[in-house]
Amino acid sequence: MEELIEILTDLHPDVDFTTTEGLVDDRILDSLDIVSLISEIDDRFDVAIPAEEIIPENFNSAKAIYDLIRRLEDE
Amino acid sequence: MLFTSMPFVIFLAATLFLYYIIPKKAQWGFLLAASYVFYAIADLRYLLFIMTTTVTVWYVALRVEKINLEQKEYIKAHKAELSKEEKTAYKNRGKRRRWHWLLLGLLFNLGILSVTKYTNFVISNLNSLFHGAVTMQPVDMIVPLGISFYTFQSLGYLIDVYRGKQEAQHNPLKFALFVSFFPQLAQGPISRYNQLAPTLLAEHSFEVKTFSYGLMRILWGYFKKVVIADRIITGVTTLIGDAKYTGAYVFCAMFFYAFELYCDFTGGIDITIGIAETMGIRVTENFNLPYFSKNIKEYWNRWHITMGTWFTDYIFYPISVCGPMLKLSKWSRTHLPKAIGKRVTVYLSCFAVWLATGIWHGAAWNFVAWGLTNYVVIMVSQELEPLYARFHARFGWKGKTAYEGFQILRTVVLMSAIRMFDCYRDVPLTFRMMGSMFTSFRLSTFWDGSLLQIGLSASDYAVLLAGFAVVLGVSVIKLKSGSVRDRIYEKPAFLFYQLMAVLLVAILVLGAYGVGYDSSQFIYTQF
Repeated sequence: MEELIEILTDLHPDVDFTTTEGLVDDRILDSLDIVSLISEIDDRFDVAIPAEEIIPENFNSAKAIYDLIRRLEDE
Repeated sequence: MLFTSMPFVIFLAATLFLYYIIPKKAQWGFLLAASYVFYAIADLRYLLFIMTTTVTVWYVALRVEKINLEQKEYIKAHKAELSKEEKTAYKNRGKRRRWHWLLLGLLFNLGILSVTKYTNFVISNLNSLFHGAVTMQPVDMIVPLGISFYTFQSLGYLIDVYRGKQEAQHNPLKFALFVSFFPQLAQGPISRYNQLAPTLLAEHSFEVKTFSYGLMRILWGYFKKVVIADRIITGVTTLIGDAKYTGAYVFCAMFFYAFELYCDFTGGIDITIGIAETMGIRVTENFNLPYFSKNIKEYWNRWHITMGTWFTDYIFYPISVCGPMLKLSKWSRTHLPKAIGKRVTVYLSCFAVWLATGIWHGAAWNFVAWGLTNYVVIMVSQELEPLYARFHARFGWKGKTAYEGFQILRTVVLMSAIRMFDCYRDVPLTFRMMGSMFTSFRLSTFWDGSLLQIGLSASDYAVLLAGFAVVLGVSVIKLKSGSVRDRIYEKPAFLFYQLMAVLLVAILVLGAYGVGYDSSQFIYTQF
């Protein structure tokens, strides 16, 4: 989780990702951020997030993103 | 049959009347029949195209869903005896089969779209390439009304079924209605199945409030279209039709066209959403006050929203996260400077999306240039963000009303300037005319009567100015309180209906009619 927070903070240093929710709904993360994030996750966690998983519910909070990574690792 | 023509008004009135008096169970079937009649009146041959897309997408979606279900059932039944690797291998085989069907559906329908819309564009480019050594004649190609819109809407559904996000519609007639719903056939919005189909197929009772809201929205759309867009178009056509209108004229053309396009497209969508609303059907919003955006990225989140989200979900994301792109991303991070390496895939995917957006808008290099200019501006803004952050930290202007006003004005000017690629005959001419604003700008053009010689009289300008004030006023109310109609409806009921009457009178009296009047086609219909 810490590593994920680090990646997110690198994208938006002014946001506290440990508590913030609604990252997509409130447009804190836009489509360019999400693509950058997915590339970083692929690089650091070795998890490829497919396009069909790119829905707001999976990216609205750090926890949701982390859960997505865990789920894809298990599959 | 244009939305602004009398036959359409009669067709709509008859459709609404019948929609509410027939048994509710028959409503969706009746809407399908009405939609096909609407389309057949435009051109009987169009029906063949829309039916082909409907049947192929419907069938492929069923096949894809069947493979998916068979796969799930097989894994469930053999859960105990299959190893994790065997399950993965089985899933991958199923995925490949689904992918083949999807590809077939996509290629077939995009093939129809490409052939009908782009054949002559390819021919003219090949002719230019061979400098007359080989000359091919343009083909008399039929381009079905709204083909870009209904093709994209259908393919979005198919991809959603492929991704397992959407159940396939087993009834071909219900799916046919989703593809052909007549109010949105000509210029969108590009709806998603899970949003439109439930409301489209539901049974609806007549409700005074919903019906009145719909009528108000329709009248508002007509006001923008026939009072403003159809009036200003005369001036725009004159200014962009002759290269002698340089300098200050180009400046006027730039803003006149932006205003025309805004009123034409948002007006058309207001009519679409309003018609649906009179039947109790909710169609997705396509605009959210785009000219109040503070930057171009925000503008594209608020203008033609359904197209933007379609391109993001079905082109941008799949390209960005596909295997080769992720490999490229890994490579660029290790071989290029960090700041650039991180962004390579974003740059490439955005380039593909904006190229596709440009081509989607029309078979001409103007639209390619328009799409790529948007791309360059967005990427440059993205790169300048750290600089902006430093600037705001130093001066503290962020969030200040005056600065936000400047940002909005900047977006209006920038978007209007980029839109000039739509206007002029070709890209070199667009650049020449843009350049003339800096080399032969004559300020006196604004007061020496020159602007009264471009097909617009003093009374036209008065109507346009009043129209602009009304559109701006309504937009500001919407910005501050959300729904303008809710705000009016809260007042005594007669005010709502009085305003509807005022709008109707304005449309009838101030609409750009006259001898030989023929309301112009909606601009986005040709896309």
